[in-house]
Amino acid sequence: MEHHLVLSIVARILIPLIMLFALYVQFHGDYGPGGGFQAGVIFASSFILYGIIYGIENLRDVVHPSFIRSLAALGVLIYISVGIVTILNGGEFLNYNFLSEHPVTGQHIGIIFIELGVGMTVASTMIILFYAFARP
Amino acid sequence: MIILYINIILLCLLVVTAIAINQQSNLFATTMLTGIFSLLSASLFVCLDAVDVAFTEAAVGAGIALILFLGTLSLIKYKEQIRNKVSIPGLLVVVITGSLLIYGLRDIPAFGKPENPVQIYLADKYIVESEKEIGIPNLVTSVLVSYRGYDTLGEVTVIFTAGIGVLMLLGRSRDNYKGIVSKEKP
Repeated sequence: MEHHLVLSIVARILIPLIMLFALYVQFHGDYGPGGGFQAGVIFASSFILYGIIYGIENLRDVVHPSFIRSLAALGVLIYISVGIVTILNGGEFLNYNFLSEHPVTGQHIGIIFIELGVGMTVASTMIILFYAFARP
Repeated sequence: MIILYINIILLCLLVVTAIAINQQSNLFATTMLTGIFSLLSASLFVCLDAVDVAFTEAAVGAGIALILFLGTLSLIKYKEQIRNKVSIPGLLVVVITGSLLIYGLRDIPAFGKPENPVQIYLADKYIVESEKEIGIPNLVTSVLVSYRGYDTLGEVTVIFTAGIGVLMLLGRSRDNYKGIVSKEKP
């Protein structure tokens, strides 16, 4: 897509903004609408925009498919690890009250890690799907 | 009152879009209409004050799903194959299911009534106690991640499994695209 000058320049401006917005949605999910699912999708869409405008091969150089596959698994792993840590601290599976001395602080820590795991898995799965469907 | 009119207009537009999707044989146009359908549903969710759901619908339905449809369209033909033959068993199934659904509508409680089962079971507990127990203002996040953390684990696993399934079905040949081409056309 070398000829689409306007598209490539607009994408160059938009991609960092989309990523920033995704991070905002990810970490502001406790206070406003949003959370891991939405943030993951928005974050993935910035990569997909890059792939559409600059070509799949260039996107492959930015995020390697095997890296993104392990990232998807890592997200689920983080989620389950939080549950296992709560068991080790003497509580039930995914009872975040046991993550810290103070129950509410434990809930905050738990929610941040869970949302991180969700966001990672969702974002990487969306990029995996794009890799699988997009024609090189 | 104005919300009611907006709801009526949005629902009418949804029906119009659905009919247009059904009538259209050009798959590219159908894909775009699906995106419009998702955007209209997202607006409806905003009117219902379900901003989290609206956000998801707009991002997934009107965003990512559309891209994946377009990616699929680039692999297949743009034109739908028209079959003029009417399938009698299919028509029967559709009519019977439709009338059963309309019959079932009579048992659904009225929209937004305070004594509906969804409002009296657990909702009070979440609204009153979540601020104290979880300590974050967004009720949706505390229900989704903390009270229903186990369900969300299931959802994440479903997404992960879907990704793996697509990889197993489509991923391998495309992933080694470079390698295959260099082997076949030296």
